[in-house]
Amino acid sequence: MSNVIEMIEGLGRTVLNGLARLGLAGRFFLAIMMVIGVPVRRFSLLVRELYFSGVRSLLIIVVSGMFVGMVLAIQGYEVLQRFGSSETLGVLVALSLVRELGPVVTALLFAGRAGSAVTAEIGLMQATDQIAAMDMMAVNPIARIISPRFLASVVSMPLLACLFSTAGVFGAYLVGVKLIGIDDGSFWSQMQAGVDFRLDIINGLIKSLVFGVAVGLIAVFEGYYAPPTAEGVSSATTRTVVTSSLAVLMLDFVLTVWMFRGLNG
Amino acid sequence: MKKSKFDLAVGLFVATGILALVFLAMKVGNLTGLETSEGYRVEARFDNIGGLKVRAPVKSAGVVVGRVDSITLDSQTYEAKAILRIDQNYKFSKDTIASILTSGLLGEQYVSLEAGGDSVYLGQGDRISKTQPAMIMEKLISQFLFNKASESTGTTK
Repeated sequence: MSNVIEMIEGLGRTVLNGLARLGLAGRFFLAIMMVIGVPVRRFSLLVRELYFSGVRSLLIIVVSGMFVGMVLAIQGYEVLQRFGSSETLGVLVALSLVRELGPVVTALLFAGRAGSAVTAEIGLMQATDQIAAMDMMAVNPIARIISPRFLASVVSMPLLACLFSTAGVFGAYLVGVKLIGIDDGSFWSQMQAGVDFRLDIINGLIKSLVFGVAVGLIAVFEGYYAPPTAEGVSSATTRTVVTSSLAVLMLDFVLTVWMFRGLNG
Repeated sequence: MKKSKFDLAVGLFVATGILALVFLAMKVGNLTGLETSEGYRVEARFDNIGGLKVRAPVKSAGVVVGRVDSITLDSQTYEAKAILRIDQNYKFSKDTIASILTSGLLGEQYVSLEAGGDSVYLGQGDRISKTQPAMIMEKLISQFLFNKASESTGTTK
C-alpha cells in the first residue's frame, strides 16, 4: 500500500518539478528579453557567437541539405513516374524542403551541433564559478553571456534553413536533371509555379525563427541551470538535444496546423 | 573599434544566407510573377464551381492573366460568387465568357476567360455575366446513365 502511495507521490513530484522548471524557463526567457539590446549594442559579442553557432554549423547544414535533396529527388521520382508526372519533381522537392524539411532538419542539426556546445560551455562556466565571479564584478551574466548566445541562435537559424533548402534544391537538381534526366525547363518552371513566396517561403522562415527561439532558449537555460558537476553538465547537454528536438517537432506540428491547414478549402 | 577575426566569416555567413533567401524567392518561388502586380477585380457567378480553389489561376488562351481572389456563396441566389483579380495589363470585353476548366486529367481547376467582341472593357468591380459552371463527374455519369436507361425503356416499348 505504501508502495502505491510512494508511486503516486513520485508521479506528482515529477509533474510539479516539470511545471516549476517550465515556469523557471519562462522567467529566464523574460530576463533574457530584458537585456536583449546588449548584444545588439555590443555587436562584437553577437558576432563572436554567430561565428561559433552559425558559421561553424554551415558545413554540416549545407552537406546534409544537399543529400536530403538528392534522396528526395530519387524517392520522389520513383513514385511520380508511376503516374507519369515526373516533371513535377521540382515542386515536390521544393515544397517539402521549404515548408518542412528545411526548418525542421536544420533545427535538429543545429540543436545537436551548436545547442549542445552552448549548453556545455555555459554549464562549465557555471561549474567553475565564472558566472558567479562575473556577478561579483557587477557584470550581468545574462546580458554578457546568455543573451548573445540566444540571439545568435535566433539569427542564424533562418539563414541556415535558407541555405539548407537551397542546397537541397541544388542536390535535387543534380540528381533529377543531371542524373535521371528530367527536363531542365519543366523542373524549374513547375517549381516556380508551385511554390508561393508568401505562403511557403515566408512561412518556412517564420517556422525556423520560432525554432531558433526554442532551441536557443533551451540550450542557454539547460546550461545556466546545469548542476555544477561533470555529470550535471553532461546530462544537461543531453537534455538540450533531447528537449529541443522534441520541442522542434511538436512546435512544427502546431505551426503546420496553423499555417497550412484549410489552405485548400 | 577593434576588428575581430570573426567579422569576415560572419559577414560571409550572413551574406550567403541572404543570397540563399533571394535564390529561394526568385528561382524557387514566384516572387517575380503576377503576385506583386496590382490588378482589378471582377466578379463572376457560377452555378457550381466544382473543385476551384482560392488562388487558382485565371487563364485566357492558356496564359495566366490573374488569380481567383475569393470564393463565397451568395445566400440569395445560391450561386457561387468568385472574385477574380486580373492583371491590369490585360483588358477583357464586357461579354467575356468565364468557364471553369480542368488542366489535364487530374490537374487543378482554373477559370478560363474567352474574350468577346464588345468594345466596352471590364473594370474594377464589374461582373462577368456569361459563365459556365464546372463539370462534375458524378453529374455527367448520372446524366449518361439516365440517358441510357431512357433509351433502353424507349426501345422495349
